Amino acid sequence: MAYLELRELRRAFGPVVALDGIQVELETGEFLSLLGPSGCGKTTALRLVAGFDRPDSGSIVVDGKDLTRVSPSRRDMGMVFQAYSLFPNMTAEQNVEFGLRIRKNRRAPRRKRVSELLELVGLGHAGKRYPHQLSGGMQQRVALARALAIEPRVLLLDEPLSALDAKVRVQLREEIRRIQTQLGITTLYVTHDQEEALSISDHVAVMSSGRVEQLGTPAEMYSAPATPFVAEFIGTMNRLEAVVVDGERGEVEHGSTRLTVDAAQGRTRGERVLVLVRPELLELEASTDGGAAGENTLSGEVLTQTFLGPVTRLKVIAPDAELIADMSTARAAALPIGSRVVAHVPVAGTRLLSLSEEPASDGQDRGGR
Amino acid sequence: MRRRWIAPSAIVWLLVAAAFFLIPLIATLLFSLRSIQTGKCCSGAAYSLIVHDHQFWTTVRLSFLLSLETIAISLLLLVPTVYWVHLKLPRLRPVLALMALVPFVVPPIVLVVGLLNLYKGAPSWFYDKPYGFLAAAYVILAFPYMYFALDAGFRSIDLHTLTEASQSLGANWRTTLTRVILPNIRVAALGGSFLTLAIVMGEFTIASLSAFKTFPPYIQVINEGQPYEAAALSLLSFLIVWAAMLALLFVGRGRSRPAQVAAAR
Repeated sequence: MAYLELRELRRAFGPVVALDGIQVELETGEFLSLLGPSGCGKTTALRLVAGFDRPDSGSIVVDGKDLTRVSPSRRDMGMVFQAYSLFPNMTAEQNVEFGLRIRKNRRAPRRKRVSELLELVGLGHAGKRYPHQLSGGMQQRVALARALAIEPRVLLLDEPLSALDAKVRVQLREEIRRIQTQLGITTLYVTHDQEEALSISDHVAVMSSGRVEQLGTPAEMYSAPATPFVAEFIGTMNRLEAVVVDGERGEVEHGSTRLTVDAAQGRTRGERVLVLVRPELLELEASTDGGAAGENTLSGEVLTQTFLGPVTRLKVIAPDAELIADMSTARAAALPIGSRVVAHVPVAGTRLLSLSEEPASDGQDRGGR
Repeated sequence: MRRRWIAPSAIVWLLVAAAFFLIPLIATLLFSLRSIQTGKCCSGAAYSLIVHDHQFWTTVRLSFLLSLETIAISLLLLVPTVYWVHLKLPRLRPVLALMALVPFVVPPIVLVVGLLNLYKGAPSWFYDKPYGFLAAAYVILAFPYMYFALDAGFRSIDLHTLTEASQSLGANWRTTLTRVILPNIRVAALGGSFLTLAIVMGEFTIASLSAFKTFPPYIQVINEGQPYEAAALSLLSFLIVWAAMLALLFVGRGRSRPAQVAAAR
């Protein structure tokens, strides 16, 4: 049995269904991220686990105990909030100590634990400072120490890095992961930042319109998205609408171009599919004869170039699609804006999704929390 | 560093404002220092007579205790109410604000007649005693001052996040309110309290019509036949209110910190 189970959780706010029967399981010591766009229901799910809201149906089970109707103060869930949530009237030390005082822990071990935790988050020197004397990153570190002080059953993090600048965000997310691994604490993390989720999680649940679209490891999410929404949401993906013309040889027709992709093997002739190709798998080269394309290629014209540091992203307008390709900055220099190019679609490494799998409300923001 | 100059027009306005407030006080002070027998300057006899009048101390004590009682009842009633409304029933805020305006709209003379009728059948320990009837009337009178001060205080903090953070750490509602929320609205509560103190210390109509001898009716009695003592008494009442305001500044200073960021929810 999993350590944390969200069983068929459903929550609606009037006509808006924020959570539509989600099912999530998490083992002891695992780090799971709920990832999705605004309004997909990820924060609602976290608030239900914390006890700040009640589900319309379904249950929350931790270590075999049903906590669905238990008040938040009795759940032993440590939570770090999106907003700076330190108590302004207390110093960093007093903030961390608060939960332990509530539990009436003895003074000496309490002080020792506070000092250990502040050291753990790298703020041993700042214990006497008030929240307004700390930077945003420091405040969130103290909030993390405060949540950990009570030795929670589950650590809940609700977009704790979203108010911080990019550099601090990266630093702090690595620290969160280090501390989580060190303490082996079961963690549920909410974010809309896919890079953040993929970089620190054991598992990621991509959510859309109150449902979990896919739950898997970050590598699975990236390399084998189960739905068009996940494919679109995780990283950047080229989507080529096509029709299967030969399921035995793996041939599909995209517009007037015939492409061979391994993933099409075994598909039914005439089936409408989406061929999904990651930008880094698309090979671009300058067109030598002004447009005639070879096998498994699409021809087009470079529309934009975006410098991303080690790579440059090129947007190419092809007759039936807009393609995105990532290539080394040095090679991209040879393909200026306006030049004719040929894009090689790889036979292996592409994903194929039947268009009938695509949810009707894919990517729509239905509101809710 | 560039030196900042105060505009001459600002100085003129400051002087005009200072004159507007200070001239009557100085005139009152000079008048109160006149000799009771000769009417000439300067003598402290009026002050001496006042401070040696046991009625002065009795009425000041009564008004002061009534102020404290009113403040205590108002805080006990309004802090949890305003907290709950902000947290769970924000749609009721305009209703509360409207109710809070009623004491401004209804004149005290109407209010006291209504209250006397309303409480006519009440037990004598309440109806005949200032700490019962008068305190109840003063809670109504102080309602707008206390409510709007607390409302501003609650709006200045991220109430939802602080409450949820406290609860997630194991605190119940009472602990959350007393150890997390109250300390962070302390200045607002103090502001409301001292406004209440000033109102109660100076309230005449209700006390007089309901025949209780508080400080303002005492001033009025003195004013009828002892002009120098009345002037001295006026200044003393000013000093009491000012002392209360200074106490607010003193207690609030150094404890007030920037409210935490109220993030979008």
